[in-house]
Amino acid sequence: MAAPVPQMLTANRLIDGEVLYWHDGNWVSDFARGDVFDDPKAAEAALEAAKAFMRDNIVVAAYLFDVRRTANGVEPVKEREIIRAAGPSNRTDTGKQAGLGPQEPKDIPPIQL
Amino acid sequence: MYRYDEFDAKMVRERAEQFRYQVERRIKGELTEDEFKPLRLKNGLYLQLHSYMLRIAVPYGTLAQRQMRQLAFIARKYDRGYGHFTTRTNMQFHWPRLKDVPDILHHLADVEMHCIQTSGNCVRNVTADHFAGAIAGELEDPRPISEIIRQYSSFHPEFNYLPRKFKIAVSATKEDRAAVKWHDIGIEIIKNDAGEIGYRVFVGGGMGRTPYVALEIGHFVSKTDILAYIEAILRVYNEYGRRDNIHKARVKILVHQLGADEFRRQVEVEFAEIKKTGTLQLPPEELKRIEAYFAPPAFEDLPDESPEFDAAVKADKDFANWAKTNLTPHRARGYAIATISLKNIGMTTGDISADQMDGVAQIMDDFGFTEVRVSHEQNLVFPHVRKKDLPAVFARLKALDLATANAGLITDIICCPGLDYCDLANARSIPISMAIQKRFADLERQHDLGEIKIKMSGCINACGHHHAGHIGILGVDKKGVEFYQIQLGGSGAEDASVGEIMGPGFGKDEIVDAIERVVDAYVKLREPGERLLDTYRRVGMTPFKNMVYREQMHAAY
Repeated sequence: MAAPVPQMLTANRLIDGEVLYWHDGNWVSDFARGDVFDDPKAAEAALEAAKAFMRDNIVVAAYLFDVRRTANGVEPVKEREIIRAAGPSNRTDTGKQAGLGPQEPKDIPPIQL
Repeated sequence: MYRYDEFDAKMVRERAEQFRYQVERRIKGELTEDEFKPLRLKNGLYLQLHSYMLRIAVPYGTLAQRQMRQLAFIARKYDRGYGHFTTRTNMQFHWPRLKDVPDILHHLADVEMHCIQTSGNCVRNVTADHFAGAIAGELEDPRPISEIIRQYSSFHPEFNYLPRKFKIAVSATKEDRAAVKWHDIGIEIIKNDAGEIGYRVFVGGGMGRTPYVALEIGHFVSKTDILAYIEAILRVYNEYGRRDNIHKARVKILVHQLGADEFRRQVEVEFAEIKKTGTLQLPPEELKRIEAYFAPPAFEDLPDESPEFDAAVKADKDFANWAKTNLTPHRARGYAIATISLKNIGMTTGDISADQMDGVAQIMDDFGFTEVRVSHEQNLVFPHVRKKDLPAVFARLKALDLATANAGLITDIICCPGLDYCDLANARSIPISMAIQKRFADLERQHDLGEIKIKMSGCINACGHHHAGHIGILGVDKKGVEFYQIQLGGSGAEDASVGEIMGPGFGKDEIVDAIERVVDAYVKLREPGERLLDTYRRVGMTPFKNMVYREQMHAAY
């Protein structure tokens, strides 16, 4: 049997839509800091844990996606996730690639409505 | 242009406030995402690939300078300094934060704008000919009836949960610039033998995975009856449109299954019922009241010739090139319609920066323009420019990097945001469009090739109208890799037709070469005066296909 494809876990932050990656039981903005699951069971367990964040209205639309290990590090398999991790390929002045600053969850200012 | 009355203003303001509380309840956890999603979509708010996306309605593509300035303000304060004009003449912001959207809606309400019904299974933003009120040969301005349909369909309780979205467009000349036959309802303003103005009504056009050109259902609907007739169509659709299968839910499926005669019969039964009640008759005085908002500016009595214009054509090659493609004859003497291309070579189709928005508004102030139009081809239009002002307007546009001379040429590509932004896309479209523009950047070559409409979508939903392109390009996902199919022979104009798929697709590094081979084939095959579309219609697919795939086949063997 072929070795399972490594996976990562992602979601969007509810309050601003920021793309997040699962890391050590919480979320980070930076793809490179996201946990890579070689074991499908561990990936599923992380997705299960992520559901608590959805219930608590921190994130929406959590899902697993395939990645591969290359000489340059971990990369998403699909173009969609490559673009999602970097930002629009037509405008490198936007998205994470522009270095506009990932906001870690702790950095979210109090909600003023 | 139209100004809100107290009812419009109240309705839009209340909606913004309602959304504020809906967002608050969502963030506090009183609404789940499943409960909140239909509410945000009804306010044009999507969750896309990188972030939320807010779609703002620009009814029949008409904007005043205060609205353009407000969009610039929103782009700077709440987004990333730019916006994107879509093929429904709307503006999309790609980076708003959920918590800011209620404030954005209030800023929009301040200038009589909103996001209502820019998403969801309801009647969407009504579009119209972007040359409305300016073009020669127009029977009447299509925007008053568009505005009346907008008012009639906004929050219409019976049609807020249609089987699927519903799009209406209106045109008023023989030449169709609003792609009416590609709409759920397309309305063509016509005159009958008695000299009365009325409407020819097409139903069941649409793109997506099942492309159809609309069928003529109403041959001549009178002005007073048009809302009753639209309501009859919507009722038949609401009752019999499929709700069990999202891919078969648009009215095009119902119309083409029943055929024009049976669909018309059913519409006429409903129409007779509505007429019996005597309701939904458009009062002439109300029509007049709305028409008055769209009255053209008082045109000066100017000579047709302008020495300033003629001198600039002689002295400035860039201006001459721009005048050649981006100007359209105006119905008033001494005036012209100017198209502002949002297709700079190598830039993103339809994108406009906040500074450019402000710059356009400033030009409007300085030259006394009361409005600018957004076209479904993702360009802007100044509808009424004095010919003698054109050199100065051009210079100002040039300073804003908005003076690309390519309207109607091969680099004037319609293109959806694709996989660079869109959650539904299968492949990128913007970078391909940019690469095609660069390949054909040579203006002399563009002029030699004449009118070629390339339209490109990053998925089968066809926001980039690829079925209606002389050359259509569809991005697909082939085992995780971007692939591109070519279609030929589509048209979004009065001679509407669905493009035909040429054959196997091309990888992202091959597609630009393939498009160039299509164009080279056209150059070899064309007869004098033929556009690419004409040549294709005369010779068919085979000669194109042979020339486009030949090199590949050589490479393969």
